[in-house]
Amino acid sequence: MFRNRPPPEEERRVRANDREYNEKFQYASNCITTSKYNIITFLPVNLFEQFQEVANTYFLFLLILQLIPQISSLSWFTTIVPLALVLSITAIKDATDDYFRHKSDNQVNNRQSQVLIRGSIQKEKWMNVRVGDIIKLENNQFVAADLLLLSSSEPHGLCYIETAELDGETNMKVRQSVSVTCELGDPNNLAAFNGEVVCEPPNNKLDRFCGTLYWKDRKYSLTNQNMLLRGCVLRNTEFCYGLVIFAGPDTKLMQNSGRTKFKRTSIDRLMNTLVLWIFCFLVCMGMILAVGNAVWEREVGSLFQSYLPWDPPVDSFIFSAFLSFWSYVIILNTVVPISLYVSVEVIRLGHSYFINWDRQMFCSQCNTAAEARTTTLNEELGQVEYIFSDKTGTLTQNIMTFNKCSINGQTYGEATDPLGPQPKKLDFTPFNSLADPNFCFYDDTLLESVKVGDCCTHEFFRLLSLCHTVMSEEKSEGELVYKAQSPDEGALVTAARNFGFVFRSRTPGTISTTEMGRPVTYALLAILDFNNIRKRMSVIVRNPEGRIRLYCKGADTMLLERLHPSNQDLMNVTSDHLNEYAADGLRTLALAYRDLSEEQWETWSERQRSAERASDCREERLAAVYEEIEQDMMLLGATAIEDKLQEGVPETIAVLSLANIKVWVLTGDKQETAVNIGYSCKMLTDDMAEVFIISGNTVQCVRQELRAARQRMVELSQSREEGKEVFAEACFLTPDLRGGHREVTEEEEKVEQQPPSPVSSVSPASPAPPLNLMDNISGEFGLVINGHSLAHALEADMEAEFVSTACACKAVICCRVTPLQKAQVVELIKKHKRAVTLAVGDGANDISMIKSAHIGVGISGQEGNQAVLASDYSFSQFRFLQRLLLVHGRWSYLRMCRFLCYFFYKNFAFTMVHFWFGFFCGFSAQTVYDQYFITLYNIVYTSLPVLAMGIFDQDVPDDRSLEYPKLYEPGQLNLLFNKKEFFICIAQGIYTSVVLFFVPYAVLSDATQSSGEPLADYQTFAVTTATALVIVVSVQIALDTGYWTIINHVFIWGSLGLYFSIMLALHSQTLFRIFPNQFHFVGTAQSTLLQPVVWLTIALATAICVVPVLTFRFLKLDLRPQLSDTVRYTQLVRLKKRKLAGRSAGERGWRGASTMSEGRLGARSGSRRSGYAFAHQEGFGELITSGKNMRLSSLVLGSFGSKHSSSWIDTLRRKKHPPTPTCTSGDCSPAPSSICASVPPLSNSSSMMGGSQDTPIEEESDTATVQSVAVSLSPETNGAPAAPQGPGHPHSTAPSSAAERSQAGPPAGWTLSLGAVQEALFGWRNTAPCTNSASSGPT
Amino acid sequence: MASGYNAKEEDGHIGVVGLGGASLRGRKPENTAFKQQRLPAWQPILTAGSVLPAFFIIGLIFIPIGIGLYVTSNNIREFEIDYTGVEVSSPCYNCAQNFSWHSTTPCTCSIQFYLHQAYESNVFMYYGLSNFYQNHRRYVKSRDDSQLNGDISSLTKPSKECEPYANHDHKPIAPCGAIANSMFNDTLELFYIDPNGTRVPVALSSTGIAWWTDKHVKFRNPGGSTNLTAAFQGTVKPVNWRHPVYELDTDPENNGFINEDFIVWMRTAALPTFRKLYRVIQKKNNMAPTLPRGNYSLQVQYNFPVRSFEGRKRVILSTISWMGGKNPFLGIAYVTVGSVCFFLGVVLLFIHHKYGNRTNNADITN
Repeated sequence: MFRNRPPPEEERRVRANDREYNEKFQYASNCITTSKYNIITFLPVNLFEQFQEVANTYFLFLLILQLIPQISSLSWFTTIVPLALVLSITAIKDATDDYFRHKSDNQVNNRQSQVLIRGSIQKEKWMNVRVGDIIKLENNQFVAADLLLLSSSEPHGLCYIETAELDGETNMKVRQSVSVTCELGDPNNLAAFNGEVVCEPPNNKLDRFCGTLYWKDRKYSLTNQNMLLRGCVLRNTEFCYGLVIFAGPDTKLMQNSGRTKFKRTSIDRLMNTLVLWIFCFLVCMGMILAVGNAVWEREVGSLFQSYLPWDPPVDSFIFSAFLSFWSYVIILNTVVPISLYVSVEVIRLGHSYFINWDRQMFCSQCNTAAEARTTTLNEELGQVEYIFSDKTGTLTQNIMTFNKCSINGQTYGEATDPLGPQPKKLDFTPFNSLADPNFCFYDDTLLESVKVGDCCTHEFFRLLSLCHTVMSEEKSEGELVYKAQSPDEGALVTAARNFGFVFRSRTPGTISTTEMGRPVTYALLAILDFNNIRKRMSVIVRNPEGRIRLYCKGADTMLLERLHPSNQDLMNVTSDHLNEYAADGLRTLALAYRDLSEEQWETWSERQRSAERASDCREERLAAVYEEIEQDMMLLGATAIEDKLQEGVPETIAVLSLANIKVWVLTGDKQETAVNIGYSCKMLTDDMAEVFIISGNTVQCVRQELRAARQRMVELSQSREEGKEVFAEACFLTPDLRGGHREVTEEEEKVEQQPPSPVSSVSPASPAPPLNLMDNISGEFGLVINGHSLAHALEADMEAEFVSTACACKAVICCRVTPLQKAQVVELIKKHKRAVTLAVGDGANDISMIKSAHIGVGISGQEGNQAVLASDYSFSQFRFLQRLLLVHGRWSYLRMCRFLCYFFYKNFAFTMVHFWFGFFCGFSAQTVYDQYFITLYNIVYTSLPVLAMGIFDQDVPDDRSLEYPKLYEPGQLNLLFNKKEFFICIAQGIYTSVVLFFVPYAVLSDATQSSGEPLADYQTFAVTTATALVIVVSVQIALDTGYWTIINHVFIWGSLGLYFSIMLALHSQTLFRIFPNQFHFVGTAQSTLLQPVVWLTIALATAICVVPVLTFRFLKLDLRPQLSDTVRYTQLVRLKKRKLAGRSAGERGWRGASTMSEGRLGARSGSRRSGYAFAHQEGFGELITSGKNMRLSSLVLGSFGSKHSSSWIDTLRRKKHPPTPTCTSGDCSPAPSSICASVPPLSNSSSMMGGSQDTPIEEESDTATVQSVAVSLSPETNGAPAAPQGPGHPHSTAPSSAAERSQAGPPAGWTLSLGAVQEALFGWRNTAPCTNSASSGPT
Repeated sequence: MASGYNAKEEDGHIGVVGLGGASLRGRKPENTAFKQQRLPAWQPILTAGSVLPAFFIIGLIFIPIGIGLYVTSNNIREFEIDYTGVEVSSPCYNCAQNFSWHSTTPCTCSIQFYLHQAYESNVFMYYGLSNFYQNHRRYVKSRDDSQLNGDISSLTKPSKECEPYANHDHKPIAPCGAIANSMFNDTLELFYIDPNGTRVPVALSSTGIAWWTDKHVKFRNPGGSTNLTAAFQGTVKPVNWRHPVYELDTDPENNGFINEDFIVWMRTAALPTFRKLYRVIQKKNNMAPTLPRGNYSLQVQYNFPVRSFEGRKRVILSTISWMGGKNPFLGIAYVTVGSVCFFLGVVLLFIHHKYGNRTNNADITN
């Protein structure tokens, strides 16, 4: 921080092992500093920072003003006491934070690393590592700086790293050293290495590196593939050597760490605006009074000089007015008391603790309580309108379980009858000693079938045990650990293992299994690797008998069309099964095999070798070769893997959407997977009028798609208009609320080009209204957008269009998005919608999104806790979100609003009395009250009751706010505290101040005590007004407090008691005798409070202040009750009834939303297909067959257990609970088994084929130019081969089908480039009829 | 891309924890009513059943009180004469014209008035000033309470607050400050004029007019010695005063700082128009009224100038009740507020019955 930065680097030159040379450039050392202060700088720097806060400076300024005797209208302590309090609390907090930062800096800087110095490996602290050093890393160590990989323990200079800390991807990545350096395995050789690297200057691009290595007069170009970045972890590599290129603050990790943005809530911003207004108001009042002072001094004061001469420096009334202005600024400053900010912080802190303490947000499985990591955002939780959620680990548990399968037309899987007895978990151990004890399966018919020796079943599991890229590890006999690239594969291989087909180990050329207790070794002839276009993978193996067989598993869309025609019947049956599985939200794969003759294999492998050798278009050639052999396969069956949703996700989403919160899923997953999850967590439902898919590859394409989608929405909603009217009348309980909402949306939609207002104003859902009404509403839309389309949609000129389309949809799913895009989407909504956004995620890739959203929520789950560390709130289950928002957020918002309203009210009531008094005291800035009263009013007399209200108040109990999610709406619409409410409070405050001044004025001016002394002396007046004020604001807080806990009672009564006792003490003779000059009010309290007239005055003032408020509130409640009022009232009625009924009536349980969502599920005729759902990367097949990564299976056994890649196994082990999570209401389990039973297996396998053809009818009118653009661009962006297949295949990969149809004749515009997508999303097909009928109406 | 990291996040350990060390993986939160926000609570709702009776009750309480106050106030006798002498016809016109702070010959004037009703109980005699800003900030603070409390050091070295009335001729002023300096110094005497024409002086008691705490706690003579002249040695009288502070009265218990006229003056008024208790006319016996109806003459030694700032001076004679002096406002205000409340109660009852749309069952259609 304090280092002199040399001028920006143009390029970086680093010579290995040459510190002297490198020092010339003054590169940053590897020491990092995130702390802000040290012991000496703490006080000045911290104070400087604190006084950058406008409020603090303002109070300091006031303090200085008060030290000028001519101005000072208050004692200095009235300001300095609160200010000192505030400053020191903040300073202590900052000091603590910085202490922890120091500690963590020290810890990181003092980590040990092994540096090669003068030929020997020496231990060095991280902070002492210099640019140009060669350091040695061992397995599972953190990379200390950005290194150029020189050599590693693995062959070919390979090493594996995990970059979860950097980009959140938990897959292992491979790095490879430059070929010339990978032989330098020996420290001595490395010590002699003196290559020089010339590369780009430090930057924050994680995926790019560009440099050149000069060594022995030769140049080698360096890419990101050669770099190990700080923050990565070395995995599965015994050791490696690297040359430090960037160190410390120059590393890409640190370059990426911008200062955390300080988040402010909208209430904060509003509060700042209001404080500014109040400040202006204060200045205005000061001006008015100063003018008054000038007039008075000229007209009266100058004549009065014989009694009261001007203070020495004052020589004219102008100057006097000037001083008076400042005096009034001082005494009126209490309209914005410093305690406002402190109190707000205290309240938020209290709310944060309530979140931390909430047992209903405690996850007992992982022993994790919810945590409010930021204490400043709580009330914003009550205003959320958009939730951006990650998928994996957030909505889902990231646990794949082998759930169902279909073998040879026979389906196996869980019993679907939830009412029946809970099926027993199968026990595999007697059958198979190698079984994984954590594997759960409930259908014993499958096991029977295996035991009987059904050959199809055996072949099915054999395929699963052979066709994969899993690595196994056997620490001791039988104790197998699988290292799978994706959890899907792991689940499948584990399933095979349990059913007797145990994958034991592999070499580059063989796969060893134990089949039904018999060891078998297959020769692995080829792995036809997975990629996103092929969506399938195959292996070709030769069994011990010498038969060659190809096993293939892949997306059904891919596989089913490559089957041998003889499979037709089986395919139909299996398709039905697939549909069923997909309807349940399972991820499906189809399995097939093909027998190959020796000749076929020979010829094919020849072709494959030549394709592999090809220098150009190798990928395409290989794909074509693979395609050749993967034909005429025999169908074995299909598997269904459950991507387990977290507990309660569909219910939570349903409740949130009832609360008018829009949930967007932003995931890096593939579209099919994302859409599937969208359906299984009820974001997308089949009642949706339409689900739009945007996946264009070009700007025009995307624009066209967006426009078409909006067009459809408008058409559909127009055709529904009439029905909606009826619905609206029947369902809207609070028309005023609705009206307000409509206003807001309309206002917002000015931004939009084509406002689909009727759509957005349609209620997203109403809980279970009569079914006939439900039929009338169909205004719900879903939107699915792909990462590459999103990139275009986020461009400046498309933004508005995208936002308008997406926000009209109830559910939006963005798939294949990068972490950066996640943040961009969030920013987009923040920018265009002025809505409060919440991002929830669990992985490091969600960090950018979490940080840019108004509120970031981290799920402390499987993927480490980077997201948690960046988040504002964290808990371990997505479902806690509903409680966080609907209960805690709602309460926080309500409390904060009530607090602010009251706070501004009480301070205006307090302060404005001075203003009125100004007109009667010659505008001399005389205060009405005793100075001690002024000091203590905000701190002592009125702070605790309002704090208690701000912390404890509840309008409705927590279960009610979950029951009626609509209660959340006032927060979103910002109804409880906005400028209007503020003015109402201010007006009330001013009214009160008028009453408080003029009632005592009128009563006391001529009144006398009962002993004859006049009552209108200044001190009596002060005490009367102050007492009336305290009583009035206490009555007001009593009216505002809706939830009188014992604490509220203690605080309210206590404050009143405290006021009287403190006043009596301050006015006591004892204190006066000690400090006669400080306590002028001696005896006033006693003599005043004994007067009946004073009490009558106070009572009168209180009545005049309170009666209008009471009247307005009663009228509001009686005539236009808000939902919360009604709920509250019914609560009361129920309570009474229950008391009468003698508690016999059991309270109804948690009802509401969940029943609704389940009810709908019944109507769903699921027909989607999930795709090949591997979260897979290609390339591992090659690594296996080349044997490059083979060492790790045999070698690094002890260190192999990398936490992430084995996590699915851990979680499988942990997964003890039954697969159908139990919910409070019993009928809301995510696996809708009852529904499956009720829906007859649809014989829609045939219609499935036509899905993509007849759906996009309405788009066929699109212009030809768009088609041609789409067609010409899609092959090259997808990098797919022009598939050499006949035009008779309706189902083919996206680009090829697009190409086909462009030749075939009238293609359907943008939808055609989507081929596979639509097939995966079979929901289209069944919306198509209604689409057609709807669109035929208006046209 | 990873947009933000800092060192402590690098290896995923929890560095700084959110709230004072509350660890993420912790014990299950305690199941206390407080922590789970389930404290038993009273939840008042503004229902018709509670608000309307409240209005009626307020009305029913306020109206009788108001009537009582009004009646009480009306029974109080009060008489007020302005003797500023602004009008030429006023007897004090001359005195008001020829005013000088330091004239040695006092100007007196007497004002005749007629009391239409007898004043039965004790009668309190006030002087009233108008347009006199005793509540001005600079005026209010221009005093030294330590000095008035008999502190010797403050006597010789008055507080800065007293400027410019702290020192005179390099000698400390006692009592210092603008308040003391501007003390009201008219002397008022009251004569009852017999039906036969003789002037009978009315006995005016000058003690018992100040607050007890003022007289006995707040104000004390320096040194505690009886010889006030010695005690105030080395100080000078306020500029406008004719006599030093130790010559305010002959009674040693009512002299110096504890002179009650002085104490009364020092208790500053809240408003520019105010009255201060001047004398008390004690009721002598139960037979005769304190002030019988008839003619009276008020004799004023006119010392206090108010014409310069357009002030007015009045004398008020008043009896008092349990609630003090005449105060019609309070009674009227109570009756008004009570009636308004009652009326509001009726109106709200009507509105509630006619338009109130509170559903009375426990079910809400969501």
